[in-house]
Amino acid sequence: MWQFFHKLGSPKWFFGIATRFMPWLLAGGLLLLAAGLIWGLAFAPKDYLQGNSYRIIFIHVPSAFLAQSIYISMAVAAVVTLVWRMKLADVFVKAIAPVGLLFTFLALFTGAIWGKPTWGTWWVWDARLTAMLILLFLYGGVIALDRAINDEKSAARAVAVLVLVGVVNIPIIKYSVDWWNTLHQPATFKLTEKPTMPMEMWLPLLLSVLGLYLLFGWLACIRMKTEILVREQRTRWVRELVLAGRK
Amino acid sequence: MHPIRKKRLTIVLFLVAGLAIAVGLTTYALRQNINLFYDPSEIAAGNVPVDVRIRAGGMVEEGSVIRDPESLKVEFRVTDFSASVPMEYVGILPDLFAEGQGIVAMGRMDASGRFIADQVLAKHDEQYMPPEVADALERASKGQHKAADAQKAAESTAY
Amino acid sequence: MAFDSFSAFIAMEGHGPYVWACYAVFVVLLAGLMVWSVKRNQSVLGACQRRYETDAKTSGQTTRKAPATFTRVEISQD
Repeated sequence: MWQFFHKLGSPKWFFGIATRFMPWLLAGGLLLLAAGLIWGLAFAPKDYLQGNSYRIIFIHVPSAFLAQSIYISMAVAAVVTLVWRMKLADVFVKAIAPVGLLFTFLALFTGAIWGKPTWGTWWVWDARLTAMLILLFLYGGVIALDRAINDEKSAARAVAVLVLVGVVNIPIIKYSVDWWNTLHQPATFKLTEKPTMPMEMWLPLLLSVLGLYLLFGWLACIRMKTEILVREQRTRWVRELVLAGRK
Repeated sequence: MHPIRKKRLTIVLFLVAGLAIAVGLTTYALRQNINLFYDPSEIAAGNVPVDVRIRAGGMVEEGSVIRDPESLKVEFRVTDFSASVPMEYVGILPDLFAEGQGIVAMGRMDASGRFIADQVLAKHDEQYMPPEVADALERASKGQHKAADAQKAAESTAY
Repeated sequence: MAFDSFSAFIAMEGHGPYVWACYAVFVVLLAGLMVWSVKRNQSVLGACQRRYETDAKTSGQTTRKAPATFTRVEISQD
């Protein structure tokens, strides 16, 4: 097990694996996402109460899922950075923070547009929405802090500490709708319980969630590869790999 | 595991645990401010300031909505099934506003215990279903009521 | 199909602008991030290649030039 762990820490090993998996992640992600969205937009029945505006759920829920999952994975990587000083963990955090920022923004934006016809307002300062806004600022803070510190090692540690400090926000986002009175309704899409929607609405949602996860995997791979290239360009294996790829 | 790494891991875990406790206590202390709205029971118990802008939320009571035919004024009662509060609102209601539907209203309590709303937001639950299913469910529940009524009637006539 | 016609699909019973705005922003931003990531990867890769090539050239030149240059050699006097 430890051997696998050390292999995982090797940028060279990761580079090879990522190159092999990326076409599958991209193709699978695009296919599943397209299937889920087209099904959800055109074929799923409308909701008895909200009519067609509920179709925003097929992008709102996957974006919100990813926004939180990405932060959790960043927090795990931050622990690895702080405890084991593994370079690849830090590469991961830096590569995916902008992706997390984008999905958080999308969750907030689609939520605001959905809120107008259903709730009657774009924005309300309830616990769920506010916690999500804090997540957006956390992602922004992580990116800014990383840019602000020139030294690679101290930047890695500072960013890891900030990510860990922010991780308390994740259970707040998840349970805000159960702990406090909020305008936002409780979760519809849960992996552990029976869904609160019929199959013909739940399946397209599942497809788009899975598709977006695969696309995130692809994004993480390509962005990590870029970051590794930047950092390891003085090493021999990168030099050989780049010069071999040119021919 | 290497002792240095073990030490670092403990520090990290303590950091996260300490922070979680701090944030947990803070949010617990501030829970009244984090709650978006007051329940009807809290209002009925008198825990709510009069003539201060607050939010109140709950279910619109079945059969309580009275629309003024000359203006946009609407009167209704909001309930959480243990207490209810009379509300009035002048303006356009959201599409989802209906009897039996959750709402959150912004406004003030007046001295007579009425809530004068200046904004009404619709709250919806996590249930989604196609219209046909909703109709079928409603018919089924009405059917059950009818069956229960019929049974009650049969029982009462039997005595 | 949940709609009778294409125009009904676009209108979505009045909710069209909300739904389509969400989907448009989602697709544009997601595609934008993907394209940007690929472009950045390619530009970094290109920069590395150029660097290695110039490195190879200059190192070759310096080895050839080396015998002709006069370098001051500091020798300890004591």
